[in-house]
Order: sequence, then C-alpha cells, then structure tokens
Amino acid sequence: MNKKVFDKLNGNTLLLVITICLFFFMYIIGCIVYSGKGFTHLQTFLNLLITNAGLICVASGMTCVMLCGGIDISVGSLVAMDCMILAYGMGKLNLPCIPLILMILVIGLVFGAVQGFLIGYMKIQPFIITMAGMFFARGMTAVICTDQISITETTNKLFYAWANFKIQLPAFLGYVNKKGKLQVPFIRISVIIALLVVAATFFLLKYTKFGRSLYAVGGNQTSAAMMGLDTRKIKMKAYILSSFLCSIGGICYCLNTMSGSVQQASGFEMDAIASSVIGGTLLTGGVGNVIGSFFGVMITGTITTLVNTNGKLLSSWANIATAALLCFFIILQSVFAYVKNRSK
Amino acid sequence: MSGKIKALTKNQLFLPFAMMVLVLLINLIKSPDFFAINIQNGVLYGRLIDILNRGSEIAILAVGQTLVVAVSAGTDISVGSVMSLTACGTCMLLAGYGVNSTTTLAVPLVVGLLFGLILAMCCGAFNGFLVSKLNIQPMVATLILFTAARAIGLLLCNNQITYIRYEPYKYFGNFIPGCPVPTAIFITIVVVAVVMLFLKKTAMGLYIQSVGINKKAARISGLNSSNICFMCYLICGLCAGIAGIVASSRIYSADSNNIGRNYELDSILAVALGGNSLGGGRFNMAGSIIGAYTIQAITVTLLAMGVSTDQAPVVKAIIVVLIVTAQAPAFKAFLAERKAKKLVQVNETQNKEAA
Repeated sequence: MNKKVFDKLNGNTLLLVITICLFFFMYIIGCIVYSGKGFTHLQTFLNLLITNAGLICVASGMTCVMLCGGIDISVGSLVAMDCMILAYGMGKLNLPCIPLILMILVIGLVFGAVQGFLIGYMKIQPFIITMAGMFFARGMTAVICTDQISITETTNKLFYAWANFKIQLPAFLGYVNKKGKLQVPFIRISVIIALLVVAATFFLLKYTKFGRSLYAVGGNQTSAAMMGLDTRKIKMKAYILSSFLCSIGGICYCLNTMSGSVQQASGFEMDAIASSVIGGTLLTGGVGNVIGSFFGVMITGTITTLVNTNGKLLSSWANIATAALLCFFIILQSVFAYVKNRSK
Repeated sequence: MSGKIKALTKNQLFLPFAMMVLVLLINLIKSPDFFAINIQNGVLYGRLIDILNRGSEIAILAVGQTLVVAVSAGTDISVGSVMSLTACGTCMLLAGYGVNSTTTLAVPLVVGLLFGLILAMCCGAFNGFLVSKLNIQPMVATLILFTAARAIGLLLCNNQITYIRYEPYKYFGNFIPGCPVPTAIFITIVVVAVVMLFLKKTAMGLYIQSVGINKKAARISGLNSSNICFMCYLICGLCAGIAGIVASSRIYSADSNNIGRNYELDSILAVALGGNSLGGGRFNMAGSIIGAYTIQAITVTLLAMGVSTDQAPVVKAIIVVLIVTAQAPAFKAFLAERKAKKLVQVNETQNKEAA
C-alpha cells in the first residue's frame, strides 16, 4: 500500500472504516438472507433511521462527553422524563406542544449545567453524578405520573401531525407491492432532526474551538490545562451539550413512540455507550468521531432488525450479538493500541 | 479532646457512618418503634433486621466492587447481569432444561449451586482477562457482559421463569428452620470475613492498593500487576454469583429480567458512599459495607414513609449528591479557604482593636 494512504489510515480512521464496512456488510447479508421478507426495500433502511432517531441524537451527545474523558449515564432516564413531560403536558394538562418542547430543551440545559458543575468544578466522578442524575430523572418521571399516557390526535393535533408527517422521497425509489400499488419510501421529521444533530455535532467537533478543546482535554487534561484551556469550563459545557442533545433525542423518541411511561427508554444509556464504542470512541477520551457513533447506532439497529425479521429467534439473541460485536471491536481497538505502542 | 474529635472527623469512615446514623435517627423520629425487634413464628422481625437482610446482596456485591475499583480505577457494571445469569444457570441445572416449575431436583443442590458459582467466576475471569491482559478500560470491558449475561440467562431458562419449589433451596434467601436470623446475614458475614482475612492476613490488600495507585511501579517493584488485577475481577464475579443465588433463593425462582436489575449501580454507589475514590488505589472495605447498608436504609425509610418504589429514586439521588459533594476534595478545599479567610478577617479586626 502507498505509504501516504497508509499514514492517513492510522488506527483510528481505520477503525471508523471497519465500522462503516461492517455495517454495509451486515446489511447486505441481511438483504441476501431475508430478501423475501422485504429487507431489500429502501423503506427497511429508512425505518432503521426512524426507529433509532432518538438514539442517534443521544449517542451524538454521549460521544462529546466521552471525548472529554467523561461518561453520562443519565441520558436514558432524561429521555423518559422528556417523553413523560410531553405526554402529561399534552394529554392531561392540554398544553400546546411548542412551549412544552421549549421547556424540555431548557430542562435539558439546566440538568446538564448542574451535572457539569458538579463534575467540572467540584471534581466528583462523572459516573456517580450522572448516576444520581439517572435516579433523579427516572424518579421525577414517576413523580409526574406513574401511568402510561399516550398522545393521540385528540390530545394534540399539531404534535400528532408532526409525528405522522411523511416526507416522501422521489417516486422512482419506490417499488410496486403485491397489490400493484406504488409504495413510495418516506422518512419522518425525527430523521431530519437526527441527521441535522449529527451534522451539527460533526461540525462542532471538527471546526470549532470548543470541539478541538474537547479532544485536548480528553487526550491529556494536564497538558490541556497547561496550554491555557479552562478544563473545568470545557467539561461543564460538554455535559450541558450532552443533556441538550439528549432532550432533542427525547423529542425524537417521543415522536416515534407517542407515549410516556416510567420504564420507557430504560437501558438507553448503555445502548448509546455501546454505539459510541463500536463507532471507535475510546472511553478514556480524546479519540472518536460522531460519524462512527452514528454507524454504531445503525449497526446495533441492524442486528435488532435482523433478529426481528427472522421471527423465530428469541430477542435475547440481539443482545448477545451486540455484545459479541462489542467484544470484537474492543479487542480490535486494543490490538491497534498495542501495535501503535510497539512501533514507537 | 478537640484533637481527638478532629482525628475522628478526618477518618474516612466518619462521614459514611454519620450518614447512616442520620438516616436511622430520622427513622426513629418518624416512627419510634423503628428499632423494635420482635419474634414472630420463631423468626426475628423488625425494620432493622429487614435492612440487614435485604441489604445483603448489595453488601456482598460491594465487597467485590471495592476490590475492582481499587485495583483498576474502574467499575464492573456487569455484576447485576452476572447475578441474573447465576440464578438462571443454577435453576436451569436444578430443574432441568425447559422445565417451568419443579418440586424435585434433577441434580443435587450442591451441584446446582457450584455450577452457578462457576458460571459467575467464568464471567469474572472473562472481565478480568479483558481488563488485565488486554488493557481495556474496565467499564467498556464489563459492558460486554452487562449486555450479554442477562440474555444468556434468558436462553438458559428457555425464555421463561423457572421455579424451584424445593424447601432447602429457599433457605439461602429466607430462614433455616429453627434459626431466627435470616440466612442472608450469615452469608454476608462469611463473605466479608473471608475477604477481610484474605486482605489482612496476606499482603494482598497492600498489593491491590499499590497496583491501583501505580500499575507500572508495582510491576517494577516485583508484583505481577496483571495477575492481581485478574484475581480481583475473579473475586468480584464470585461475589456477584453468591449475591445472585441469594436473590434467586428469596423468590425461589430465576426471574432473568428482574434479578439484579440496577444492582450494579447500587454496588458502585455503596463504594462511593463509603468514601472510596473511584479513581482507584486506597480503599476501605468497611466503608463500602456501611455504604451498602446506608443505601438499603434509605430505600427502606422511603418505602416506610409511603414513597412509591418508582418515586424513591428522586430522594435517593438528592441524598447521594449531598453525600458525594460533602466528600469531594474540591468542596472541602472551598470550605477550608472560606474558613481561612474568616480567620484572617478576625485577626485583622483583632489587630486593629489592639492598635
């Protein structure tokens, strides 16, 4: 291989390439094995985006936090709380949806600021603080309401219209189903939001001062501080960003599920962490990319879809497959790190 | 005298212990019969017994978790899932694969229990291998089993809840006939005592601390860092297995989805509440165990006050933040600085008056 190309393809970029390749590989395998069950249709792929829109937003925020060497396990509960606020506000209190959405975003900012302050300025371990945040948000969800509330057309017309709004793709991408009707592939609003979030985070991490300082703090906090960066402030900002993106994710999630309940989105935080890790983000910080996290979400989503399409397999196989994949990627990362250290 | 008090408050165990006493005092004010222990049907009843009994799982997990935190500056988040896997493995072997409910055992009880514990130790070994030999961050390494162990347990139990309606199996989580004290308390005491003896009577406690403080330095001074790290994960897995069997025995079944749910969080919390740094190095086992019972005391208190199980986490979260903030070095430094400023002011005013 040309040395210049090889230099560009250092360990981290190579991992990203492997992640992307694996996603396409798995998807193509799915297409071949389950071609009879509609896996080849573009809509299946788009459904993957629709169901995982919330998780994509959350994973983007998680990546930012992980880049600066932290972790945020409060995200799942925060999503549940957001959904509950939306569902309760619209379903029980008959409030209009736009103020509610604004309120959720503000809650996200405040929630992140409190966590960020305690982690950045008080120097408490992120795991403990965000775990407290996780308990708090999950408990608050139950304090608001312990029932499952669904959002229907009668409760809020505008929100219902948003949730069911189909953005049609060009007709030539469609196919004719068995009844002879043309099925045009579509996406929903949440997908647009999620893709925008990924693009914005990518831009933020790559081209802004804040994004670069995240990498610096995650790579080596002491040297970042010596360079004159205010590490405490940067950490706090990272958690604010994570909780804010998580709130956006909560809205996307709610647009998809149209309900609020206490146990909603449980295990979301681990899904987001797993996606980021598969996407090549290191928990020690300083290495990673939001594009990788996006494909990480898509890979875990594809596994679930494959298991569901099969129909005969127990759903626990999806978990086992994800774990096996996680194991594969983690060992690959460690091998890369080993080779890198050796060549030095 | 004041020196003694100062030494007491400086002790790592002071704050965790004070918190525990505070929680218990609140209980005492709320309901004066809190400490009342009476005997019904030949067994002990009372809130205090309840806390000790129900807190056993968290305490056992906290023992393993403390070692893991100390040696690798990371947390083992798979313990809850491993608990579930152990319960499923034990029940599956005792009942036979695919059997939903049984009154007679397919294999002797000991074999089933051993199988469960071996499964748990395998999980611990797997985590330990990833962390100590491949140098993977502990949380990521244990994330694998966090996701997989519960799912494997579900497969072992053929996606259903396996009931073991065999009396001796219920002993571990309930009472042995003729003994008024819950068995789980004895199990906890044995686990804690064995690990404590192991740490104190051998140099292992010191080894673990030195590996946790500086892995390379420990290796250079002649310790096999990676083996010590591996062993800690093995012990943590074993502890999770024991806790899993206790939890399973309480409900004489293997409920894969609910056994050990969120216990990983509680066990890590116990370590942190005990005043141990999650950054590894120095550790205090007694602190973690006090932390574990504090968590259980908080939970029992809240339930006794009529807060629902779903809402209890809010209060728990606030208490946790308060305790952890009070222990944070940055916060202590802030307080010390204020105190110093005040002293300076007092001195200045005194000087002025003198002048």
